[in-house]
Amino acid sequence: MKPSAFEYFTASTVAEAISLLERYEDEAKIIAGGQSLVPMMNFRVAQPEVLIDINGIKELDYIRQEDDEIVIGALTRERDLELSPLVQEKCPILAEAISLIGHASIRTRGTIGGSLVHADPAAEIPLTIYGLDAKMKVVGPSGERTLEPEEFFLSYLTTSLEPLEILVEVRIPVLPQKTGWSFVELTRRRGDFYIVAVASILFMEKGGVCKEARICLGGVGPTSIRAEEAEEILAGQVITDELIEKAGQKAAEAADPESDYHASAEYRRDMTRVFVQRGLAEARNRAKGG
Amino acid sequence: MAERRRITVKVNGVEYGREVDPKRLLVDFLRDDLELIGTHVGCEHGFCGACTVLLNGRSIRSCLMFAVQADGAEIMTVEGLAEDGKLHPLQEAFQEHHALQCGFCTPGMLIVTYELLKDNPDPTEEEVRLAVAGVLCRCTGYKQIIDAVIAAAPKMRGG
Repeated sequence: MKPSAFEYFTASTVAEAISLLERYEDEAKIIAGGQSLVPMMNFRVAQPEVLIDINGIKELDYIRQEDDEIVIGALTRERDLELSPLVQEKCPILAEAISLIGHASIRTRGTIGGSLVHADPAAEIPLTIYGLDAKMKVVGPSGERTLEPEEFFLSYLTTSLEPLEILVEVRIPVLPQKTGWSFVELTRRRGDFYIVAVASILFMEKGGVCKEARICLGGVGPTSIRAEEAEEILAGQVITDELIEKAGQKAAEAADPESDYHASAEYRRDMTRVFVQRGLAEARNRAKGG
Repeated sequence: MAERRRITVKVNGVEYGREVDPKRLLVDFLRDDLELIGTHVGCEHGFCGACTVLLNGRSIRSCLMFAVQADGAEIMTVEGLAEDGKLHPLQEAFQEHHALQCGFCTPGMLIVTYELLKDNPDPTEEEVRLAVAGVLCRCTGYKQIIDAVIAAAPKMRGG
C-alpha cells in the first residue's frame, strides 16, 4: 500500500521542530529515520496530516565522550553507533545490541532517538538502555527535563514524552574496564524482532567478585524490565554455575509475558530462563577477559 | 492537498530535477518518475530488501523513505553497476553462478553485496551470509548467491 497524503515540513533546529509541533499539535508526527513510521504509514496504520522531518537538525547528530559519559545526539544513526570506536570500546553492549537491529540497510537510516521514542517492547535499544543508567534528555516549549528508562517508558509503544516534547540526547555512563556483559536474543530469523532478549551487565571488583549485576529482560511485558531479585542473587558473589542457574530461574519468575502469534507465554518465560543463563555465562567469561 | 516540492537528486551520476508529492516513496520516484525500473518494489514495509539502493554510499530501503527526503542526495541503483554496456564483475559472477532465478530480489542482492565488497573486499562466507540475510530470495536458497559474491571478491579487488 501507499501512504495517505500529508503536509511536509523540515526543521533544521530543535526550536523550529518544537514550534512546528506547537502549530500542528496532534495532527503532526515527527519523522527521524522513519524505519518504523514509514512502514506504518505505508500500511495506513499511521496517517499523520503533517510530517515534521528532523533529519536536517545536524546539532542532534553526534557521539562524544564527556567525562565518564558517552553522550549521543538523538538523531545519531544506528549504523554510526554500531561502528563507532568510542561506543565499541566504552559501551560494547550497546554496539552489540544495535548490530542485531534489523539489517544494515535499516540501521543506515534508523536513529537511537527514534528507536527510544517508538518504544517497541521487542526492540534492542530500549532494552539495553535499562541496564546502563542511561538518561534521556527531552526538550519542550517549557524547557528541558531528564528521564531515566523507568520514567521514560510507560507501556507498549508509549513513552512519557509530552505531545510537544522532543528527545534530544541520551547520556550513558562509560562501562568500567573488565565489566562483563552480554546481549542475547531469540529470533526466528536474523534481523527479526526478538521473542525474548536479555541484556546482562556484571560490574566486577577485585578477586573476581561481582559487585553489582544488571539483568534486563525484553519481550516479556509492555516494557523491558529489570530482574531485580535475580540481580540480588549475584551481587557480592563470585559467580558460579549454580548461581547462574538460580538467577535464571528467578528472572523467569519476574517475567510476565503474554501469549501471541509468535510464542506462548510459557515458552517466553522458559526462554527467559535459558537466555538469562546463557547471557550470564557469556558475561562472566567476558569479565574474566575470556 | 499537500504542496508538491522540487527536488534534485543525482542517480547513477546523472542529475535529475523533479516535482514530487511529499508522500511519494523514493522507490516509486525511482521507478515511475525516473523510469529506473531495475529497483524492485516488493513488500513496502522494509522486510524483503528488493528495493535496496545506496544513498550517499550506504544501503537503504527505498520503500522506507520519501523522495522528498532524498533532495540533494546521491543515489546508486542497480542500473549504476554496469559500465558502457558491460556487466559489473559482481553481475558477471551472479550470471556464472546462477545466483538468480526469477530475478525479483536481484537488485537488492547486488546492491547489498556491492556495498559489502566495497567496505570489506575479502569477506568470509559468514560475512556474506550476514549481508544477504536482509534480502529475501525465494528461489535460490542463497547458496549460489553466496558463491557468486565470494567469486566476485578477488575480481573486484583487481586480482
